[in-house]
Amino acid sequence: MAVQQICTVVEMTQLDASTWWMVLEVGKLVEQHGLTGGQFLQVKCGHSRLLRRPISVARTQWDEPEDTAALIFEVRGEGTRWLSRRKAGDKLDVLGPLGNGFDVSEKGRYLLVGGGIGVPPLMEYGESPRWSKVAVLGFRTKDKAFPAVVSRFEENCEQTYLCTDDGTLGRHGFVDGQVREILEQDKAFTGILACGPRPMLKSVAAVAAHFGVPCQMSMEERMACGVGACLGCAIQMRDGTMKHVCKDGPVFNAEEVDWDA
Amino acid sequence: MREKVDLSVELAGVTLKNPVAVASGTFGFGREYGQFFDLSALGAICCKGLTLHPREGNPPPRIAETPLGMLNSVGLQNPGVDAFIRDELPFLRQFDVKVIANISGNTPEEYGVMCEKLSEAGVDMIEVNISCPNVKAGGLAYGTRPDLAAEVTAEAKRHARVPVMVKLSPNVTDITEIAKAAADAGADALSLINTLRGMRIDVNTRRPILKMNTGGLSGPAVLPVAVRMVWEVASAVKLPILGMGGVSTGEDAAQLMLAGASAVAVGTALFADPCAPLKVRDGLADVAARQGLSAVRELTGGVRPW
Repeated sequence: MAVQQICTVVEMTQLDASTWWMVLEVGKLVEQHGLTGGQFLQVKCGHSRLLRRPISVARTQWDEPEDTAALIFEVRGEGTRWLSRRKAGDKLDVLGPLGNGFDVSEKGRYLLVGGGIGVPPLMEYGESPRWSKVAVLGFRTKDKAFPAVVSRFEENCEQTYLCTDDGTLGRHGFVDGQVREILEQDKAFTGILACGPRPMLKSVAAVAAHFGVPCQMSMEERMACGVGACLGCAIQMRDGTMKHVCKDGPVFNAEEVDWDA
Repeated sequence: MREKVDLSVELAGVTLKNPVAVASGTFGFGREYGQFFDLSALGAICCKGLTLHPREGNPPPRIAETPLGMLNSVGLQNPGVDAFIRDELPFLRQFDVKVIANISGNTPEEYGVMCEKLSEAGVDMIEVNISCPNVKAGGLAYGTRPDLAAEVTAEAKRHARVPVMVKLSPNVTDITEIAKAAADAGADALSLINTLRGMRIDVNTRRPILKMNTGGLSGPAVLPVAVRMVWEVASAVKLPILGMGGVSTGEDAAQLMLAGASAVAVGTALFADPCAPLKVRDGLADVAARQGLSAVRELTGGVRPW
């Protein structure tokens, strides 16, 4: 069940020209409400009459006196620009936990595939000792490949592959090429967990289907209420129905999504 | 001070414990916002728009934020009237709140069938939507022509055994013509305004943000239009009015009531603040108390035009 929570900013770190790492004290949202990475919070960004901004949770922690959650976000407009100007000690009005994170099982082995600002929502899954994992992380260019985030994967995954669109870091090319190469050698994955721009997800879904590996994907859509009331953030499913990012997602099974819509 | 003000109002013979409803399409069937506050705190709930058969609605993107507002092109996604009666109405009935079902039909006959079913199921009122800008059939077509508005209203009245409130579109040259047509056809109340048709374009891709190209504008930006139209309609017909459009504070609600509304609905403001309806209710009571009124209904129609 979601609640409205006043949260205190405890840490604000700039990762690159437009990306921020914000740590919030979130009351008991982790312990009592089960907030996990891959879910999202609806954050009120200053102006009281602006829509809230849905921000993915990168990682969570039980803590005293309050649990904490890390949000990593990119400045894309007025709301996120306001958010990027917060300082430690500032208060934020937040709704959460919202949506469903990835469905993972203890002792599983997962291939984590992230692209750009889609990398942070995988962080908790990349850090957890409860399953083994290999990570493929793609970025536009070296300067956008936030080392503070990547290092968490490198420290905790069997292997972490980096790709950049321009070849300035790691493999030159998109993540789906790397995923294909990995699966050609090694198909022993419980599943793929992916988050990133829709064209990337579509390519990864095709590779996963080709190798018969189950694939879950965290998706985005323009959102208003964030709680399942307004039906704004629809995603078209293969069977012709609509599901909603805020309530049914943001994580969907790749094979249920209509990628041609 | 606030506690001494009588908040109850009447809308077409139905008593609401306070004048604050939530607007159709912004509140689902109550379950989601029921996480944040007790639904019994509301005067009424206008449920998500229903059609005779389930609808999946329009392709995404369906939402675009605009200055002090937003566009939507959801397109009446809903589970259909039968599923509402079976799965949602019993939930809503647990609360001390008036339930207003909102309906859209492809034909006048469909409105009639839905009115039968919903009257039988025991909703408190039926809001007849002739103003959805996001669907081709029915919807807005009925709301922009007086003869069609009258035909749909009459058909709804023939089949409904609860009060019928007709929801008007602002996307017309003269809203009083449609209001009069609905009144003459027997409507028990009017609700207004539905959203204003609008459009937003991404200048880089040159694509409209919404997949349907256009959508309905709501939010604080539309409040002055709503106030003006409520005032015009209240001057033209004798029916009680549920006023809506951009309400996010008690003062906003008071403006609509002064313009002639008996009650108000809060919609898009919910998205910024899930508890907005409660704040509107309290703010409205404060306005009444400040003005020395014993009942908030004394605001209705109290504007002093120049």
